[in-house]
Amino acid sequence: MEEAHLPEEYGPRWSDQRAERLLGALVCAVVVLLLALIVTVFWRAWPSFAHNGLAWFGAGGNVDDQINRIYLSGLGGEGFVYTFHAWQLLWSTFLITGGAVLLAFFSSLFVAVFLVEFAPEPMSNVLAPVVRFLASVPSVIYGLLGVLLVVPFIGNHLVTEPQRASVAGVISLSGYSLLAAVLILALMIAPLMTSIFSDGIRSVRPGWLEGSLALGVNRWRTTWKIAVRTARPAIVAGTVLATARAIGEAVMLAMVSGSVAFAPNPADGLIFIFEPSRPLAPTIVKNIDLLGSEPANNTLFAIAAVLLFSATMFSLAGWFARRSMRKYGATA
Amino acid sequence: MPSHNGNGATAPSGFSGARRSIGSPQFSIRRMEVDALSVSYATREAVKSVSLPIRQGEVLAMIGPSGCGKTTLLRSLNRLTELTRTARVSGRILLDDVDIGLIEPTLLRRRVTMVFQQPNPFPMSVFDNIAYVLREQGSRRQRRKTLEPKVHSALDRAGLFEEVKDNLDHPALRLSGGQQQRLCIARALAAEPEVLLLDEPCSALDPQSTQVIEDLIVNLRDDVAVVIVTHNLQQAYRIADHVAFMYLGDLVEYGAATTLFGSPREKRTQEYVSGAFG
Amino acid sequence: MGAPVATPPMPPPSGGFPRKPSKGLPQSASTWHLSDRIGLTICWALGLLFCAIAVAIVAYLFVQGIKYLRPEMLFTPATAGFSQGQTGGFSDAFFGTLIVATMGIAIALPVGVGVAVWLVEYGRPAALARVTESTIEAIAGIPSIVLALFGTVIFSSAALGFLSRTSEGVVFGRSFFGASAMLSLVALPLVVASTREGLSAIPQHVREASYAVGKTKIATTRRILLPAARPQVATGAMLGLGRIIGDTAIIVVLLGATQNFAPVEGAAFPFNYLRGAGTTLTNFVYEASPTGNLNQPEKAYAAAFVLLLMVLALNAAVDVVHRRARKVGTWSS
Repeated sequence: MEEAHLPEEYGPRWSDQRAERLLGALVCAVVVLLLALIVTVFWRAWPSFAHNGLAWFGAGGNVDDQINRIYLSGLGGEGFVYTFHAWQLLWSTFLITGGAVLLAFFSSLFVAVFLVEFAPEPMSNVLAPVVRFLASVPSVIYGLLGVLLVVPFIGNHLVTEPQRASVAGVISLSGYSLLAAVLILALMIAPLMTSIFSDGIRSVRPGWLEGSLALGVNRWRTTWKIAVRTARPAIVAGTVLATARAIGEAVMLAMVSGSVAFAPNPADGLIFIFEPSRPLAPTIVKNIDLLGSEPANNTLFAIAAVLLFSATMFSLAGWFARRSMRKYGATA
Repeated sequence: MPSHNGNGATAPSGFSGARRSIGSPQFSIRRMEVDALSVSYATREAVKSVSLPIRQGEVLAMIGPSGCGKTTLLRSLNRLTELTRTARVSGRILLDDVDIGLIEPTLLRRRVTMVFQQPNPFPMSVFDNIAYVLREQGSRRQRRKTLEPKVHSALDRAGLFEEVKDNLDHPALRLSGGQQQRLCIARALAAEPEVLLLDEPCSALDPQSTQVIEDLIVNLRDDVAVVIVTHNLQQAYRIADHVAFMYLGDLVEYGAATTLFGSPREKRTQEYVSGAFG
Repeated sequence: MGAPVATPPMPPPSGGFPRKPSKGLPQSASTWHLSDRIGLTICWALGLLFCAIAVAIVAYLFVQGIKYLRPEMLFTPATAGFSQGQTGGFSDAFFGTLIVATMGIAIALPVGVGVAVWLVEYGRPAALARVTESTIEAIAGIPSIVLALFGTVIFSSAALGFLSRTSEGVVFGRSFFGASAMLSLVALPLVVASTREGLSAIPQHVREASYAVGKTKIATTRRILLPAARPQVATGAMLGLGRIIGDTAIIVVLLGATQNFAPVEGAAFPFNYLRGAGTTLTNFVYEASPTGNLNQPEKAYAAAFVLLLMVLALNAAVDVVHRRARKVGTWSS
């Protein structure tokens, strides 16, 4: 488009072509940045995967010892040691994320139904801002309250002496535990799920709800059998996005789940929920000072690569689910 | 061909070619009684002191121009007006001599079911649409075997069974518009109601489907009291035994269909029926 | 025969529905079964539980914060000491938060608005638009610890040594520049999403009216569309700010584990501070908690209290913006 000669007061004469090219370049830069991130993380992670193969994901030994050995080998002159078996971290991530998502799922579903259909107006006027507030609290504050309130409570009041004694040689039950981690993580991801669920439930075709009521089905059944059932894509999307968030949570879990790498054993019975552990993300945070040592650097990036892959996969899956719903007219 | 009724009067000029699909009713039982009903939404009066009877054994059509209150009146028969917060209802409606205000709304709506203008089959299979009504009334989970005969019979009464009997588990949303509406009627019948309310059920359908549904409605009148709201005067003439003409919230005239269309008492009725306004 | 009304009622032919007994009283024979009632009770219980937890969090932090927070803490840097009372305040952390918030949003806002404008107003070729959308969503889903690690690689490179401290030829890589750059990525998706919403809500005829008088697309965007979308842009910025000040992982990794500012010697102000290491409220809370190095729970509470107040203020601001935007009205499309 030709640039017309406009009087000065019309401002700088940027042509649309120039603007489009510039903005396009900006967008490309962002895309390139993401690609650079992905490439960098996997490239830095490669030596750790290459040296361990699939055993990287397996069990064997204690992760803390292995990290220590890896770090020291990077400082010394002899060859680098890469031996690493992340099973304890993977199992911990699986348990904590799974437990939190399960707990948050049921709570959020009921709260979302309540918020959309059954809460009287004064109640929903309070509950909606409460949910937004809970979503915006920084994770370090959740961690602080966890470590100063929840962990001592569990350590002093829930764990009994015989239980402590029974595992005394292996691990210490001091309150830093699966239970604390699952409870607080569930609290952190529940608001996100609630808002996505309630958006989905709200966007059901009102004709269906009216039709169901007009057939003599009560409001509770109508809401669950029609609205919630139709909002299933939103429910899937919300769950998946919350899982991505839970996988990536590092700081709160670093404060609450325990500082040892350990694989809690369900066969231990009830004690199992009191056992400490450490998932993938907090392991990076706890070992961040080791970045100077080359093999340790690679190992930490390998952990980051696993996080990147899983969290991004879940996020994109959730986003696709929301987008496909929009195509059918529902919003989420 | 002019129609014959007891008065010997012939249909007015607009309906001279029209045939009535409906013969005289065999019997009639008074099911519902509307007694000086007034409904207002916030400041607007939608229905002003209307009284009329609703009987099993015959079809009652409510006609009138847009905004005359016929849909509001229909919706107050099963207390759907309560879903609107600004609605105020005064007067009484009796179902089998019991004030419906005293019956729990959900129970009422099982005895007085409704079919809407826009077909709204649920996003489930054909079978589940009907079974939904049956399942959500009981507390115990009923097996499919128990439900099957009832579902088949409801579909049969709606004249849909032959067409879908091989595809009962297909999504209901894949049916054609006319089939969807008949499915909605089957659903409404599955609750075994005493009164069936229809809110302009054919206005979104093509003429063939309309014909099928009109025949169906006529056949239902012995089993349920039928109340149909329609803006299609020819349709009302074809299938109604009694007609109520409403205008701006008032019940202008209520009478037998042949009388109202043939020699209406009120001038406004005459004007509406002959198409002077619409 | 005359009007059928006069006919005496006859029994219905067989096959008709039987007369149902009328259910007289309102509460008897209720249609809510036990499972339904239990479900509703669970709804209420959980709703009240969420409210109770939120109130408890706020109340507890308020109580502890007021107990331990003294105004001078905001202006006294942390010092070494034996008891908590002797260790000063956390002014460095407080100003650190303000600095990263400002720098982070200063990067995220123009980039985010630019990307959103491109997506809504231009968007050619379509493949690039889809890739961009996926990219923004992917960035939103990346855990901040991974962003932090990536930051260490970028900012430790020799080319970017001017953004942080270099000692003995090794680029340290930890600085306010590095942390703010990565934090802007955390805020970016929120700014993009919100701005897109704001721009998409403007009906097409507004744009056409502007083009019809000869304005270019970019001028239209600058002078008409973006000002009209100001509430959404502001909302996105504030949501992004909230995320930035609440983030800890990136700070811990990219800002250095200090309690105070550690300016780079020999550089001009303010670059000596910005190139140096430091701390923020979130990092301070982390370090002051029992899992950190300091173990000063009282100061942790005080800092957490300040942090919470900032987050609450941002939330309230977002609410105010929404309410004011609603009052102004919407386009007639």
